[in-house]
Amino acid sequence: MDFAFIKEYAPLYVEAGILTLRIGTTGIILSIMVGLAVSAVQYFKVPVLRQIASCYIELSRNTPLLIQLFFLYFGLPKIGIRLSGELCGIIGLTFLGGSYMAEAFRSSLEAVEKIQFESAESLGMNSFQTLRYVIFPQAFATSVPPVVANMVFLLKETSVFSGIALADLMYVAKDLIGLYYQTGEALGMLVVAYLIILLPISILGTVLERRVRYAGFGN
Amino acid sequence: MRDLGINVLFQGTNFWRLLGGLGITLQISLISAGLSVPLGILFGLFLTLKNPIAKVTGRLYLDFIRIMPQLVLLFLVFFGATRAFGWNLSNYFSAILVFTLWGTAEMGDLVRGALISIPRHQYESAEALGMTSLQTYRYIIIPQTLRRLIPLTINLVTRMIKTTSLVVLIGIVEMVKVGQQIIDANRFDYPTAALWVYGVIFFLYFFTCWPISMLAKQLEKKWN
Repeated sequence: MDFAFIKEYAPLYVEAGILTLRIGTTGIILSIMVGLAVSAVQYFKVPVLRQIASCYIELSRNTPLLIQLFFLYFGLPKIGIRLSGELCGIIGLTFLGGSYMAEAFRSSLEAVEKIQFESAESLGMNSFQTLRYVIFPQAFATSVPPVVANMVFLLKETSVFSGIALADLMYVAKDLIGLYYQTGEALGMLVVAYLIILLPISILGTVLERRVRYAGFGN
Repeated sequence: MRDLGINVLFQGTNFWRLLGGLGITLQISLISAGLSVPLGILFGLFLTLKNPIAKVTGRLYLDFIRIMPQLVLLFLVFFGATRAFGWNLSNYFSAILVFTLWGTAEMGDLVRGALISIPRHQYESAEALGMTSLQTYRYIIIPQTLRRLIPLTINLVTRMIKTTSLVVLIGIVEMVKVGQQIIDANRFDYPTAALWVYGVIFFLYFFTCWPISMLAKQLEKKWN
């Protein structure tokens, strides 16, 4: 290990890590918004929109992010739509993440049993109150672990951004390997950088999952 | 612009070459999936062991593989192994190695999940009926485990196919690379080729993975 090299180039990784986090968090927040909208459309069986939503989910879940990005970054400029790499990254991540988030929300909404509606009705609640006080709180709790898992998944997926020339962590590592041939150090720092970003979220996910299971057993 | 960019795909053997690229993608993912399933079953059994050393090593392997982006793993093997051990792995072999290591971890976790989801009373009831432990596994546990496992395994295969798109970044000539070659070779005759080629690749991936996902969904519905 060449520590002088690590010390000299670590700031590049910090910078790239910040880029990864910036695009990642923006993409995740937008994915959650898309996911909420899509799952609401599916849950309340809104006509027409519902078919569009399920087409979107199938398209997004059955294609790789890298291809989505290539289409956005290299394909669209040919018809005059020129997006910056960062914007492509955010759009691609949202397109991919939206469907995963939607599935997480939908399945937790569907996991709320029918008896909950009937009980709320027999207590004289109207349908808004039922959703607000009975259904959503329960669905929210069960959706937390899959949503956190999706966050980890989406942050991991950001690693393909180097394919559209965004200077993310992979890009920096590849650059350093190419420039100085310090493969061990460059890859070591890459692994450490991803661990620093992903490990806390992954641990948080495990803790939350245990809490939710604990809450579920109360029924 | 001479005419519509999509025609580039019907020039010469372009479309067949693209499909050939899809073949390479599928080859890598199916070989890796084929290796991952048996290895993953063994790894899943290993994960259910009570031995503390087995537990810790299993967890470490699983967590490391799952937390690292697959592209990082590809880089570690393709660039790192050459440097660290002097192995000169071809990119094709590195890809299969990485996807097998990754698939084994994912499959192992699925197997472990399916095994621990079988309630204890299934074992106890079988024992109460006087079944031997071989019979218990043969008639009670394995059939139930398989029903939970098969849809999840099929989903893993689609994930494998989608993730294989990354191998273009370590220089394997598969569908995306062939697409890039077609785009570059026809840059002057078909300036809008990129839009159409990437669009077609997008849908080729979709029509490869979608039927498989549908099959998994169907089986899941049927068996639950």
